[in-house]
Amino acid sequence: MQMTHVEPRTRSDQFEAVCAIIERHGRQPAKLIPILQAVQDEYTYLPEEVLNFVATALAIPPARVFGVATFYTYFALEPKGKYVVRLCDGTACHVKDSIPILEALRSRLNLSEEHKTTPDMLFTVETVACLGACGLAPVVMVNGEVHSLMTPEKAESLIEDLKQAEAAAVAGEEG
Amino acid sequence: MMTHIDATVSMNPVQAEPVSGRRVIVCSGTGCKANGAEEVHAAFVREIGAAALETAVEFGRESADGGASVTGSGCQGLCSQAPLVTILPDEILYMRVAPEDVPEIVATTLAEGRVLDRLLYQRPDTGETCRGAAQIPFLNRQTHVVLRDVGRLDPDNLDEYLKTGGYAAARRAYTEMMPEQICAEISRSGLRGRGGGGFPTGRKWETARLQAGAKKYVICNADEGDPGAFMNCSVMEGNPHSVLEGLMIAARAIGADESYIYIRAEYPLAVRRMQQAIDDATAAGFLGRNIFGAGIDLHCELKEGAGAFVCGEETAMIASIEGQRGMPRPKPPFPAQSGLWGKPTIINNVETLAQVVGIIRAGADHFRQVGTPDAPGTKTFALTGHVANTGLIEVPFGTTLREIVYDIGGGVTGADGRIDPDGFKAVQIGGPSGGCLTAEHLDLPMDYDALRSVGAMVGSGGLVVMNRSTCMVSVARFFMDFTQRESCGKCVLCREGTKQMLVLLDDILEGRADEDTLPLLERVGSAVMKGSLCGLGKTAPNPVLSTLRYFRPEYEAHVYEKTCPAKRCPQLRVFSINAEKCRGCTLCAKKCPVDAISGEKKMAHRIDTSVCIKCSECQTVCKFDAVEVN
Amino acid sequence: MGKQDTLRIDGRDVAIDAERNLLELVRKAGIELPTFCYHSDLSIYGACRLCLVDIEGRGIQSACSTPPEPGMRLRTNTGELREIRRTTLELLLANHDGSCPTCIKSADCKLQALARRMGVDKVRFKAPTRPAPLDESSPALVRDPNKCVLCGDCVRVCNEIQGVGAIDFAYRGSQAAVVPAFGKQLGDVECVNCGQCAAFCPTGALAPRSETAAIWQALDDPRKKVVAQIAPAVRVALGEAFDQPAASQTTGRIVAALKAIGFDAVYDTSFTADLTVIEEGTEFLQRKVNGGILPQFTSCCPAWVKYAEQYYPDLLPNLSTCKSPQQMFGSLARQVLPRILDTAPEDLVVVSIMPCTAKKYEAQRSEFSQDGRRDVDAVMTTQELARMIQEAGLDFSSLEPESLDMPFGFHTGAGVIFGNSGGVSEAVLRFAVEKITGKPAGQVDFHEVRGEGGLREASLTVDGTEVRIAIVHGLANAKLVADQVRAGTAPYDLIEVMTCPGGCISGAGQPVAHNGHTRQDRARSLYEADKSLPLHRSQDNPFIDRCYQEHLGAVGGTVAHRLLHTHYHGRKRLESEALPLSEGNGDGKIQVKVCAGTACFLRGSQKLLHALLGYVEEHSLQNMVDVRANFCSEQCAAGPTVIIGDKVLQHCTLERVRDVLDAELANHQ
Ligand SMILES: Cc1cc2nc3c(=O)[nH]c(=O)nc-3n(C[C@H](O)[C@H](O)[C@H](O)COP(=O)(O)O)c2cc1C
Ligand code: SF4
Ligand code: SF4
Ligand code: SF4
Ligand code: SF4
Ligand code: SF4
Ligand code: SF4
Ligand code: SF4
Ligand code: SF4
Ligand code: FES
Ligand code: FES
Ligand code: FES
Ligand code: FES
Repeated sequence: MQMTHVEPRTRSDQFEAVCAIIERHGRQPAKLIPILQAVQDEYTYLPEEVLNFVATALAIPPARVFGVATFYTYFALEPKGKYVVRLCDGTACHVKDSIPILEALRSRLNLSEEHKTTPDMLFTVETVACLGACGLAPVVMVNGEVHSLMTPEKAESLIEDLKQAEAAAVAGEEG
Repeated sequence: MMTHIDATVSMNPVQAEPVSGRRVIVCSGTGCKANGAEEVHAAFVREIGAAALETAVEFGRESADGGASVTGSGCQGLCSQAPLVTILPDEILYMRVAPEDVPEIVATTLAEGRVLDRLLYQRPDTGETCRGAAQIPFLNRQTHVVLRDVGRLDPDNLDEYLKTGGYAAARRAYTEMMPEQICAEISRSGLRGRGGGGFPTGRKWETARLQAGAKKYVICNADEGDPGAFMNCSVMEGNPHSVLEGLMIAARAIGADESYIYIRAEYPLAVRRMQQAIDDATAAGFLGRNIFGAGIDLHCELKEGAGAFVCGEETAMIASIEGQRGMPRPKPPFPAQSGLWGKPTIINNVETLAQVVGIIRAGADHFRQVGTPDAPGTKTFALTGHVANTGLIEVPFGTTLREIVYDIGGGVTGADGRIDPDGFKAVQIGGPSGGCLTAEHLDLPMDYDALRSVGAMVGSGGLVVMNRSTCMVSVARFFMDFTQRESCGKCVLCREGTKQMLVLLDDILEGRADEDTLPLLERVGSAVMKGSLCGLGKTAPNPVLSTLRYFRPEYEAHVYEKTCPAKRCPQLRVFSINAEKCRGCTLCAKKCPVDAISGEKKMAHRIDTSVCIKCSECQTVCKFDAVEVN
Repeated sequence: MGKQDTLRIDGRDVAIDAERNLLELVRKAGIELPTFCYHSDLSIYGACRLCLVDIEGRGIQSACSTPPEPGMRLRTNTGELREIRRTTLELLLANHDGSCPTCIKSADCKLQALARRMGVDKVRFKAPTRPAPLDESSPALVRDPNKCVLCGDCVRVCNEIQGVGAIDFAYRGSQAAVVPAFGKQLGDVECVNCGQCAAFCPTGALAPRSETAAIWQALDDPRKKVVAQIAPAVRVALGEAFDQPAASQTTGRIVAALKAIGFDAVYDTSFTADLTVIEEGTEFLQRKVNGGILPQFTSCCPAWVKYAEQYYPDLLPNLSTCKSPQQMFGSLARQVLPRILDTAPEDLVVVSIMPCTAKKYEAQRSEFSQDGRRDVDAVMTTQELARMIQEAGLDFSSLEPESLDMPFGFHTGAGVIFGNSGGVSEAVLRFAVEKITGKPAGQVDFHEVRGEGGLREASLTVDGTEVRIAIVHGLANAKLVADQVRAGTAPYDLIEVMTCPGGCISGAGQPVAHNGHTRQDRARSLYEADKSLPLHRSQDNPFIDRCYQEHLGAVGGTVAHRLLHTHYHGRKRLESEALPLSEGNGDGKIQVKVCAGTACFLRGSQKLLHALLGYVEEHSLQNMVDVRANFCSEQCAAGPTVIIGDKVLQHCTLERVRDVLDAELANHQ
C-alpha cells in the first residue's frame, strides 16, 4: 500500500499489466478480489472499462464484478488525488477528538463527505477505522505515512507543507 | 478464581535461549514508526558505526542500510511513549527517544553502562523512574503468553523463533499425536475462541474432524476489523511464526491440507511479515509437502481483505475468499460442516491459534493455571482512550476492570491529559458489538459470561476508557454509525434497522427527539438484535442498549431538556450573552450569520436562541468573553 | 417401516417427509408464514427475516434456512415474533415509495398484502434515502428502485435459472441496491428480457412494461384496422385474473372481449405455430438428411435467441432460421390482411397478446421491420389484457364466447401445445414422423418429451432413423447443453430451448401465480385443449395448405424464406466505452479499435493487441494512431475483429492490421 513516487505508466503498460495480473491468477473467478486489488494498485482506481475487461476475461457477469467492487471500501471507482489523506476514526481516535481534525481538513480543502477529492486531483480526504496506532491517537495517514497525536492545527499545516512542496516542484519544472 | 502473577511471567517452560552480546532494539511497531523510530534507528547505526562498538542495532529489515547487522521487533505495547528503545542484556527501556538523544545514549549507556534517567519511564502517580519493563507497572502487571516474545524477537528471523522453542509443538502434533488426541487436549484446556464469540475451540475442531471427506480447510481470521483494536496486528507483526504454528496444529487436528490467512489490508507491515513467515516456513519444510516427514501436506495462502468489517464473520469471510461480496449466509450449516467451497472448514482467530501452540507445548493443565475455570488462560486487550498508559496488554481472564484501568492503565486522564482521580465515567468493551460499563462494574472479574450478563462482550478486545467529559449518547452514535456503514445490507432488520437507529440517535443529539424517540429506539434495537441474520446485526444494538441501560438520565437530558450533560453536543449548546461582561461593541451582531443578535451600541446585546444556529462565531469574536455556552 | 419422524409446531405434531426446511413443514401444517426471499426453485437466501420462528433451545431462527430435525419444538406466532415481523415491515415501508394506487403491482403485491395482514397501521420511521430515478430503458421491463425490498429473488432467478446475471447487488449497508452492471440501465446490458425477475419480484420494483396506452390510441382511431393475435399460453391463464378456476379455457371469451374493446379481427398465434412446425420441421429433416448443421436449436423464444447471440455466436448456425410464430404472423399479416380486411397497409395495426415480455423486445428488432414499419406494432401481456378488459368495464366471466376470425384463427392442437416446454418438439415430431415414414402416423401424443424437468432427453426411432431430442427450459440449462454442443459432445439432433420455467405458460406476462401448482394446471390445460380440438397435426391444418398455395409458394421456398425466416448475429452484452490504450486524446488520429469481447478474447485478440501496441511504439506512431480496446463489434463469429477508421476487419491477424493501418497512414498524409 505504500505509495512511492514512480514514473507515470503509459496506458498500454497498464493494460499489459492487467493482462498479466489476470493470467497470474489463472483467470479464476475465485481470485476476483486479489485481481481487483492488483488492478487498482496499477491504476489507483478501478475504471469501468477495465472492470468490464476483467469480467470478460474471467467469463463472469460484469454486474457481479461491479457488485464486488462496490462492496469493499478498499476499491475506488473514481480516481483519487495524488495525496490520499486518511484520517483514523477508530474508537481510540474518535474519543480523542478526531472529528474536529476531519472538519479542519475538509474545510481547508473545500471537501465534504460526498466530495472527497480536490478538483486539481491533489488531495483526497477519507476516514478509516483504526490504523493500528491507537496508543498515539488521533492519527492521520498520508500516502502510507502515519502522523500521530494530531490536532486540527497540525493537520492543516501538514496540508500546507504538501501544497508548498507541490508549488515548489511545479515552479522548479517551469524554471 | 485464580490470581494473576505480579511480574512479566513467561508461561512457557521452554525458555528463550539468551542472545549473546549487547543489543539495541528499536521498536518498529506501527506506533513507534509513526513517531520517528526510523530516524532513531538511523542515528543508532550512524553513531555506533562511528564509535565502532560491537552492538547490533535492531530494526525492521525494510529500512536496512547495510552497515550494522539489522534485525527487528514488533510493538512492545507502550505505544503512548513511542518510540521505545530496549537495551539488552541491561534490560533498560528508554522512552520517547529522539535522534538527538542517540549520541548521548551511545556515549553513556552503551560505552559506559550508565543509565540516562531522563529517558526512563516516569510513573505518573508517584513520579518514580523505572529502569526497565520489570519496574513499569503497565508491563509488570500483565501476564504475557501470546505476547511473550513480541517486542523481543526478530519477527523476520525464523532462527530466532526456533531458538525460543518454535515449531516443537507443531512437530509433536504431526509426528507424535493423532488428530483426536490434539482435539482432546485442546478441549481439556478449555480454550475458547479469542475472536469474540468465545466458542470452545476443541469442540469446533472435533466437529470438523468428524466430518467425512478428504478435503478440509483451516482459515486464520486475521481481519481484526474492530475500530480501535490492534492486538492481532501486533502479534502478527511481532511473532508471525507463532500464528503459523498454531494454524499448522489446527490443520493437523481436523485433517486439512489447505489453509488461508485472511488478513486486514490496512496492516501492511503485518501482511509483509506474515508472508515472510510463510515463505521461510515453507523453505524450511514446515509447510508444503510432507511436513516433518510425516507424509502430510499443508499449503498456506495469504488473502488480503479489502475493507469490510463484516468479513470477520465466518460465512462472509468464506464468501470473500471465494471471490464474492462478503455477505453472510444463514447457519446451519456451520462452516465446520460445510464451509469454503462447501467443505468442512474451521475458522480461528489469530490469538486463539497463538494460544494453541502453548497448549500443545506445555499441556492443557499448564494452560489452565491462569484465568477462570470457564475461561482459562490470558487475553490481550487494546487499552485506549482517556487513560494514562495506552497500549497493548495481556491479562488473565478474571482480571477486573479496576486492575486494568488503574494498575495497568495508570488511571484515568482528564480533558487536560493529566490524571484525574475522579475522572472515570465508563469503559467501552468489545468494540462495536460490545457495550459500555460503568463504575459499578469496576470490580467485575472479566470473562465471556460475566461480560455478556451485563450487556457487554469480550469481543475482539478493544477496551476504551472514557472520562467525565464524554457524552455517552454520542459514543453510542459513533458505534452505530460504524455498524450502519459496515452492515452488508443483506437482511432487512440490520440494513434498515441500524440506519433508523442512527437517525433516531441523530434526532436525540440534535434536539429533535420527543417522548416517542427512546421507546422506538429500544423497540427497533431489540428487533434488530433478535432477528438479524448474522452476528453483526445481532450485536449492533449493544452499544446503544447498554448505554440506555446505564446512562439513561443522560439520554433523557438530551431528549427532554435538550441539553448535553457533558456539554459535548454542538447542536444542544445554548448561547447567551452575559450582560455584565458585554460592552456593546456590536462585533458579534455583525458577525452572526443569521442575525440572531440584537442590541444598541454600548448596551448589552441579546441572542435570540430560536434563530441561533449555534455556529459559535459570536463566541470566537467577542473580545470580552461575554458570550457563554451551556 | 420405522416410526415416522415428527416435530412439534405450535403444539401440534407434524410428520417430516422430504421437506428441506422448516418453512415447508410449517406450510404443510397449514400455517402461512410470511416470506419475501424464499422460493422453492431458488437457493436459500435468508435475508427478509419474515419467516422467523422460535425454536426451543435455539432461539429465533429463519425457518427457510433451517433443516428440520426430529423432535424439534417450534413456535411460529409468539408476541415477540409478531413484534419483530411488524418492525421489519415498518422498516421496509419507511424506505419505500408507497404509491399503491398507481402501482402496477397493487393487486398482487406481497408487501402491501403483508403490511395489511400484520396490522402495520403506522410507519414511525423517517424516510432516510432520496428517491432513485425510474429505469424505463428496457423494451420489456420497468425497474423502480424505490420499491425494491432487496429480497434478491430477481438476482437469483437471473443467475441461477437464467445464467445471465444481468442484475446483481451493488454497494452495501443502507446503500445496497440491485442494479445492472456499473449502475447502467437495464436496456444497456445483457438482459435477455425474459422478465422472470419481474415474475419473482414480490413488489412493483420490477414489472413488465405496459403498451396499452398505444393500443388504446390505435383502437380510438377510426381509420385504423386493429387486429390481434393470441398466443397459446394466454388462454390457459387469463381466467386466473378474473378468479376463474386457474387455467380454465377462455379463448372464446377473449375473442368476445377483444371485439367488445374494439379490435377488428382476432386471430390465433397457434396458426403461425402450425406454420412454424412445417417450416422448422422441414428445415430439420433437410439438415438431418443432407448432413446439415446439427443439432438444430429451436428459435421461437426471443430471450433464448438473444442469449445465443450474446454468448454462443459460434452456434448461431445451429439455430433454426425460422422466425417465431409471433413474427411469422406479423409478416403474413402485413402481406395478406390489408386485402382481406380491405384496408390501406399503413392503417393495419398488428397487436399480439403474449404471455411473454421478451416478445416486446422481439417485435422491436430491426430484422422484423419493413420500410421502417414494424411487422408487429404492439405486444401486450396477458396481464395487460386483463387490465384492458377491466378498464373497459367488461364482466369477463359472463361474456358470450365468440369464434376466432379466419383464416388465421384456425389451428391444430400442435400449434396449441407450443406453450408448454416440450410442446414444440412434440409438434415437430407429429410432423416429422409422418414425413419420415411417408404415411399419416396414428400416434399423436409423444409422452417422451413431456414432463417438468429443466433438462430432459428423448430418443425415438422412426423407420430406422433415430431422432434424439433434448428439451430444456431455463437458460442456465440451455448453457449446459450449448456447452456440450460447442465441445462436440452433445448427442442430440434437435434441441428445444424455452427460457421460462415450464415454457411460455410461465412467461413473465402471465398473471401472478398465487399458488404452487399454477404451472402444472396451465400445462395440463394446454394438453386438454389439444385433445379437445379436431386436428392435432400442423400438416393437417387446411388453412396452412391454402396459405402456401395462395401466398407462400413451396415449403421452404423463396417467398416462404423471405417472409418466414430470419438471420442472427453476434450481439454485444453491454453498452460500454472503449478503453483507450494510447496516450493523449484521439482527436484527428486514426482510430483503431481491437475487440476485447469474449469471443474475440478467446480467439486471441489480447495477443493481437499486445503486438499492435508494440508495433505502434516501435514505429513511433503514437501521435498518429489511437488504439483502443472495445467490447464487441457484433461480429463475434468472425473474430478477432479490428476496426480501423471505418473499416471493419474480420478474422484479424497482425499482418492484416499492419497492412491496413499502413495504407490508412499513407492516405492520411
Ligand atoms: C461482524 C463480525 C466481525 C467479526 N470480526 C472478527 C475479527 O475481526 N476477528 C476475529 O477473529 N473474529 C471476528 N469475528 C468472529 C468470527 O466470526 C469467528 O467467530 C471467529 O473468528 C472464530 O474464531 P475463534 O473461535 O478462534 O474466536 C467477527 C464476527 C462478526 C459477526
Ligand atoms: S446482520 Fe447485517 S451484516 Fe449480517 S447479514 Fe444481516 S445485513 Fe448483513
Ligand atoms: S452562535 Fe452563531 S448563530 Fe448563534 S448567535 Fe452566535 S453567531 Fe449567531
Ligand atoms: S462581541 Fe461581545 S462585547 Fe461585543 S456586543 Fe457581542 S457580546 Fe457584547
Ligand atoms: S410495490 Fe406494493 S407496496 Fe409498493 S407501491 Fe406498489 S403495491 Fe404499494
Ligand atoms: S378506501 Fe379510503 S383511502 Fe382508499 S381510496 Fe377509498 S377513500 Fe381513499
Ligand atoms: S429479464 Fe431475464 S435476463 Fe433480464 S434481468 Fe430479468 S431475469 Fe435477468
Ligand atoms: S427488484 Fe424485486 S425481486 Fe429484486 S430484490 Fe428488489 S424486490 Fe426483490
Ligand atoms: S419461454 Fe416463452 S414466455 Fe418465456 S421468454 Fe421464451 S417465448 Fe417468452
Ligand atoms: S483507532 Fe485510530 S489508530 Fe486505532
Ligand atoms: S509500536 Fe512501539 S510500543 Fe507499540
Ligand atoms: S423467507 Fe426466510 S428469511 Fe426470507
Ligand atoms: S466479441 Fe463480439 S465482435 Fe468481438
